[in-house]
Amino acid sequence: MALWTLIGLAEGQATTRWPLGEGPDGQAGGLGMPRLDAAQCADGCADCAAACPTGAIALASAQNPVLDYGKCVVCQRCVEVCPTGALSESHDWAFGVRNRADLITAPAEPAAHPAAPSRRGFRRSLHVRHVDAGSCNGCESELQALNNPFYNLHRLGIFFTPSPRFADLLLVTGPVTKAMLEPLLRTYKAMPEPRWVMASGSCAVSGGIAPDGPCLNGLDAVLPVDLYLPGCPPNPAALIEALLLFLDRMPQRVHQGRIDGE
Amino acid sequence: MNAPSVRSIEAAMLRDAAKTLRTEGGRMIMAYALTGDDDAPELRYVSAPSGAQVFDQWQIQGGNEVPSLAEIWPLLGWYEREIADRHAIRFTGHPEPFPLIQPLGRAESDDWRQLPDVEGEAVQFLPFGPVRAGVVESAEFTFFYIGEAILHYVPHLFLKHRGMEERFVGCDIETGAVLAERVSAVGSAAHALAYSQAIEAACRVTVPDRALYQRVIIVELERLYNHLHYLGHLADTTTLKVGHAEGVLLAERVKQINARVTGSRFLRGAIAPGGLRRILDTDRLSETLDALREPIRRYIARLDRSESYFDRLATTGPLPRAVAFDQGATGPIARASGLDRDLRRDHPYAAYADDNLNLTVAGHQDGDANARARVRIAEIDASITMIRRALAVLPDGPIRVPCPPVAQSEALGWAESPRGTLIYAVHFDAAGRLARVKIKSPSFSNWRVFPYTVHETNMMDYAINEASFGLTISGCAR
Repeated sequence: MALWTLIGLAEGQATTRWPLGEGPDGQAGGLGMPRLDAAQCADGCADCAAACPTGAIALASAQNPVLDYGKCVVCQRCVEVCPTGALSESHDWAFGVRNRADLITAPAEPAAHPAAPSRRGFRRSLHVRHVDAGSCNGCESELQALNNPFYNLHRLGIFFTPSPRFADLLLVTGPVTKAMLEPLLRTYKAMPEPRWVMASGSCAVSGGIAPDGPCLNGLDAVLPVDLYLPGCPPNPAALIEALLLFLDRMPQRVHQGRIDGE
Repeated sequence: MNAPSVRSIEAAMLRDAAKTLRTEGGRMIMAYALTGDDDAPELRYVSAPSGAQVFDQWQIQGGNEVPSLAEIWPLLGWYEREIADRHAIRFTGHPEPFPLIQPLGRAESDDWRQLPDVEGEAVQFLPFGPVRAGVVESAEFTFFYIGEAILHYVPHLFLKHRGMEERFVGCDIETGAVLAERVSAVGSAAHALAYSQAIEAACRVTVPDRALYQRVIIVELERLYNHLHYLGHLADTTTLKVGHAEGVLLAERVKQINARVTGSRFLRGAIAPGGLRRILDTDRLSETLDALREPIRRYIARLDRSESYFDRLATTGPLPRAVAFDQGATGPIARASGLDRDLRRDHPYAAYADDNLNLTVAGHQDGDANARARVRIAEIDASITMIRRALAVLPDGPIRVPCPPVAQSEALGWAESPRGTLIYAVHFDAAGRLARVKIKSPSFSNWRVFPYTVHETNMMDYAINEASFGLTISGCAR
């Protein structure tokens, strides 16, 4: 056992300095949410909406597609079928938002942005209780990756806790199956106040690809959600950014379905 | 791939056919039901006759009472229960005539748990989950135990049943590929491959050679990151913390390679009916994997030298060969218990029939946790070899051909996923849309087997034993 410790030390530092300093975020090459430039849309074209498996693209009127990133499962089908390049591939994955409406490119009414509640006492120490409410295990795989030496989530003062009694944030994956509803609500009720809720992954945000019947359409039908992070699944860097956004340690990058400054 | 040979059998002859299959050295694979033209349920049994590369299918039409085959082929027990949950079919003489998929909405009563009556002064009852410590998938486990000794163990695995098979109904071919990738994320590539091969067989499409070799590269990358993660997780359960960190770091490195090669850490969006959806970036893949080989070898050599690790694995959770066969163990679990079976060799697909790839099938006779780890360790190195060889002999040419649906057609597609036999059965309707998709996942098979290695063992070994199986809940619950 002592030998392992020495060997581990000899292997050197594996952890990236990102996002606190210069270093790789580890997501080179990974595709993110499609970009939409509606000005390029062809008249009467509805190919993207027809190809989207989750109904994330709606055509409010001709030449006016509305993209709901909360429903996007990053499958790139819309990019493949788009005849004009109005939809294009991107590496944009930092889609954590406080308000669900900020994931929609043309919201019915723009998202309100009241002053974010202060999480002052939690900024350097946040305890997270994860609940799988019917995921495909992709979200869990990436959440587990947060504690591998490359991301080493602990260095940011964020910890997963076994007991809801010690948790500040409930992080939920999956569309919420009806059978998992009661265990989910009981976990929430067991948390002390103040307590917050994060919907992680497109299934938890909107239901994603999940079928009707055994599944609900996402978490905000049953719990008050403070943070939405779509993705299929959100990669570990996206999870880190979203958690730091929640703690006011990073800015929200996406407003009204657009990345700020682009 | 084959458009299956479908044989119609009378329900009354079913038991005889099942016994014959067994005496002739074949094996039963799975059963499922679909709704026939006249809305009456139709049963299908898929089997692998001895020595045959082509799967056999039996079709039983009409009648809502069918004799259960669970006494002859115990592995069918769960399939029959699942069919009975969804269709108006009753299996007569079933040894466990209870629902398998828990009633939706979790009824107030505990009936769905189907717990045995266990009484005794010293017997402890431990309901564990579905929300458990750590970042894990939801499942509820019930233990009856005395001190350290486990008397009885019942896993409840369908709380996160999403109805994924029903989700395919009415979808087009492309949407189906997106869905298949989201049944079990850590098997995304194998799911996409098995699904695509089923579609291609039904539509009689021949995939270009280049895509066949690149498919091998993609699914072997999947095996690689899964098995590395598995070793890390297993080290964690034996409290080897540095061993855990190093294993999951190696898995992370492969996931980052996956993203560079396919655009997805889970290798999604690459495999689709007709070939590949994207051009892979394999420019430096061979060198990158070669560079990874040495750290992986060092890591495994260190595990081998750690007595505290070996001692916890050896003799833990033994799975006898006969139980593995009867209950339907698959993949590394079956191979670790002396069953020499691998779809890549026995029912070749993609480019696996090419000797240049140098496919080797690892095996072990001990059937314990150590054997299960040894098989995966051997497969890690074999996967790297196969990827590098596939890159070396990669033919030029197109990577995709059109795959128009053929109305009313059906076929099977399969893949040896990191966890074992994965089969998709697809049926098209008259309009060329998906009418029925059945997914036989390896975790469904191996979860059925797992409790047989838990009964009459002890609590201390449970976590190690479970880790040594390397199961997923989503693959099982679908």
